[in-house]
Amino acid sequence: MTAGGPAQFDADELMAVTAARRLRDRAACFVGIGIPSRAANLARRTHAPNCVLIYESGTIGAKPDHLPLSIGDGELAETADAVVSVPEIFAYWLQPGRIDIGFLGAAQIDRYANLNSTVIGDYDRPRVRLPGGGGAPEIAALCGGVIVVLEQSPRTFVERLDFRSTAGFGDGSGFRERLGYGGAGMTAVVTDLGVLEPDPETCELVQTQLHPGIAADDARAATGWPLRVAPDVVTTARPTEHELVALRSLKTTTEERADDA
Amino acid sequence: MAEILDLTDAIADLVHDGDVVALEGFTHLISHAAGHELIRQRRRDLALVRMTPDVVYDQLIGMGCARKLVFSWGGNPGVGSLHRLRDAVENGWPAPLELEEHSHAGMAAAYAAGASRLPFGTLRGYRGTDLASHSPVASIQCPFTGEELTAVPALRPDVAVVHAQQADEAGNVQLWGIPGVQKEAVLAADRALVTVEEVVPKLELRPGGVVLPSWVLAAVSPAPGGAHPSYAAGYSDRDNAFYRRWDAISRDRERFTEWMTRHVVETKDIVEYHARLRAAEVTA
Repeated sequence: MTAGGPAQFDADELMAVTAARRLRDRAACFVGIGIPSRAANLARRTHAPNCVLIYESGTIGAKPDHLPLSIGDGELAETADAVVSVPEIFAYWLQPGRIDIGFLGAAQIDRYANLNSTVIGDYDRPRVRLPGGGGAPEIAALCGGVIVVLEQSPRTFVERLDFRSTAGFGDGSGFRERLGYGGAGMTAVVTDLGVLEPDPETCELVQTQLHPGIAADDARAATGWPLRVAPDVVTTARPTEHELVALRSLKTTTEERADDA
Repeated sequence: MAEILDLTDAIADLVHDGDVVALEGFTHLISHAAGHELIRQRRRDLALVRMTPDVVYDQLIGMGCARKLVFSWGGNPGVGSLHRLRDAVENGWPAPLELEEHSHAGMAAAYAAGASRLPFGTLRGYRGTDLASHSPVASIQCPFTGEELTAVPALRPDVAVVHAQQADEAGNVQLWGIPGVQKEAVLAADRALVTVEEVVPKLELRPGGVVLPSWVLAAVSPAPGGAHPSYAAGYSDRDNAFYRRWDAISRDRERFTEWMTRHVVETKDIVEYHARLRAAEVTA
């Protein structure tokens, strides 16, 4: 979507900006590659300069000046406050709940914010074999909260996952408590159409925010289950000049680095 | 004590058909040189173990070296799929591939248990996911608090292979930068081989450096540039452009096989591999 006014932006930019705004300053944040990394680095360049970016390669407090291609690019280690082993990052840092927020993507999500990043089709005879859960299952279990970023379409927002790689709220309220998972689970799902948040009672995802120009029916049509839209659904504030400049300069530095390689 | 061996001899001595092999490296310090030597020596029926199988495992799988993969995330980071891994899983080409799948936290705990010679690692995880019913994990109750936890069986590879920056002439190794799970993989395995950028007269110990004493290693093999397209901090940068190019090279069976023949099967070692890569760049 391209909006009028002085600041033009596209859907990807709006998704990154919306996700970035959810990150508090000084939060310790577990970051995956892709839009999550873009959003977290944007937050660090705008309203959250002191957020601590943690990549699962064991780099704590990484401060890259461009977006890394992999979670283990050299720049992450060179700019980090500390570099620890992979068993340590999961056992000593993630497991005790020291990390405030996780940023995840996925191929599929259901109404209780469970995620699939393993297979499309049957597990033993998949139509598409995806990379797998990686760090996500325990990030979702143990971070203070989790922001999921993915496009909203009938292909991704499904009634039934082909495989539950990562548990959000399982089959509804009480699920996380029964399993002893300390974190709050998925606190927000940021999409190209808006934001969904779990109902405090039932844990079902509810569309609480719509991007400018998006109607509730657009979100319903893009969702594979009967979507609830909050009665007081809010419209996402347009990206500010400051946010867009920061996001685009991040993109430019990243492309320059790719060209050098 | 580690012997300092030519890589060809080290692979011939240490890795046999049917072995469980962990060729580790979390983006950094991946021994592509050793992976290529496994392909040249036509190892078969390997059970490959790695948290993050990427290009070198795609190559081993596509060249028919593997019967099984134990892993937690199999992709080309930031780029997309591993096409040879997908072809093996989705279509059984060049051979069917058995999968044993974990989460990162589970596999890290399994390596740490293996290094400690404990039967299993424990963590809060897997529960509530389909991974729990598709991998060999079990629920376990804490004898002190009653908390339900997940037990993941220890990883005990026959052979671990990692890359590192330096060894001394006695075969002591030091690596630095992102340490990944290198130390745990080496200590979990029956035999460990480390390929190094350089053999130096004396290791200068670095803050945060990981030292692997000679007496826990079977062999050390010099392989300068042996991590490519992965990297060795202080010696090389990650070749991100190569990882992007791999997507197109590996997508098609014929193009993949041709590329592997030219750059790996027909080359003698890492020096000739790099020479072929440079030649391809000049003509490109």
